[in-house]
Amino acid sequence: MPIDYLPILILVIVALLFAALALLVPALLGPRKPTAIKFSTYESGKIPFGTTGRRFPVKYYLTAVLFILFDIEVIFLYPWAVVFKALKLFGLIEMGVFVLILLVGYFYVWRKGALEWD
Amino acid sequence: MGRKTIFFSNLREAGKPEQTETGKLMDWIANLLIPLIKSLILVIGLLVGFAYMTWAERKLCARFQLRYGPNRAGPFGLLQPVADAFKAIFKEEAIFGQVHSKVIYVIAPGISLAAALLAFAVVPVGPTINSFQVFGFQVPDISLHLAADVNIGVLYLFAIAGLGTYGIVLGGWSSNNKYSLLGALRTTAQLISYELPMGLAIVSVLLLSESLSLVKIVEKQAVLPFVVLQPVAALIYLICGLAETNRSPFDLPETENELVSGFATEYGGIKFAVFFMAEYINMIVVSAVTATLFLGGWQWPAFLADLHPLIAVGLFFVKTAFVLFLFVWIRASLPRVRYDKLMKFCWKFLFPLALVNLAVTAVVVALLPG
Repeated sequence: MPIDYLPILILVIVALLFAALALLVPALLGPRKPTAIKFSTYESGKIPFGTTGRRFPVKYYLTAVLFILFDIEVIFLYPWAVVFKALKLFGLIEMGVFVLILLVGYFYVWRKGALEWD
Repeated sequence: MGRKTIFFSNLREAGKPEQTETGKLMDWIANLLIPLIKSLILVIGLLVGFAYMTWAERKLCARFQLRYGPNRAGPFGLLQPVADAFKAIFKEEAIFGQVHSKVIYVIAPGISLAAALLAFAVVPVGPTINSFQVFGFQVPDISLHLAADVNIGVLYLFAIAGLGTYGIVLGGWSSNNKYSLLGALRTTAQLISYELPMGLAIVSVLLLSESLSLVKIVEKQAVLPFVVLQPVAALIYLICGLAETNRSPFDLPETENELVSGFATEYGGIKFAVFFMAEYINMIVVSAVTATLFLGGWQWPAFLADLHPLIAVGLFFVKTAFVLFLFVWIRASLPRVRYDKLMKFCWKFLFPLALVNLAVTAVVVALLPG
């Protein structure tokens, strides 16, 4: 029932308010002594070099794409697991076929070296 | 029904036909007020838990390394978290560093903290305490869960756990520091990768519990906790829990010696403390969920849990504390893994292992009658 989620909505409000307070109140209490060096980018005490607008490995992007694929698989498994006993052998074979198709993709990705980090 | 009883009555009793206008009003107040009180208790409880988790961790790590740990502030250093809190609150607050976006930079720790606080809502702490009398005042049934009947509890946990990643990614990106950006990228890849085996490990539990409600999962374990039936899933869940909370040996997002705290490089004062808080509260949540899914929650062993609801609650907390102790123990024992090994371990070992475990469980459940 939707009404069961009312406590969660209330908790969302409480948690957001608390997070806002935790960030706001100390900002009012603390001292303020700004200096130029204090506001420069951190670099182990040296003068900062390089920007963040540089390239980063495509591996991270690939990981994200693979994650979406396999996470959807996992999410499909959730409702299946809950009604598994009612589906009996039919459910087992159906899900077996589904997972097998994904496994083909998984081994393809493995063989192509998409899971390597070097 | 007396007014006081109506005041405390639960959501399910709302809207009974014989109630008067005032009764309905009181019901609505109760519907809002009781969850509000429970939410406040939950948030404060998690904060106290966080504070004393930092103390316990420092004390235990010190013991593992033959040191004393905090012992100056109060007896056994018990007031150390209070001192730390005051220090963080009175620190200078400003936006240090040349950030990309001030708004995102400031709210990122808040997102992490709020997401961490939300996850505990569906974890069942104990059974309902039946109505009893105190000083002639009838105290009604007290349900110890915030949202007892959420029938998609596990799914909710999974969803909220995913939200915490946003705080770290946005914080790392908006800091406009190369270390932060690298830390944020690493964290994202790590967190999403370890979500897969974690999810699969939970599916094996769902095959046995036949429900997504954490309350029902706990009730199923009255005789035998799932760790006995699903030892592999429990182990996978624990390992992924370590990775999901950025704990050693998977604390790659921080790596002090190469990324100088990773996504939190440009954060200081209370903003850093808030990130820290989120991490520890996540740890408490993962421990509590491990206790619920695999160690029988408040329900096992039943002969103890049936004695009194408070003993059942105690059982839950003892189990949670045990898992938290494991976290500290692992941190004190193991060195940090290399990043490529971390990703390989997840994709090439944990993920297939979880799938095999799931397949074996499914076949056994299908073949065994009843």
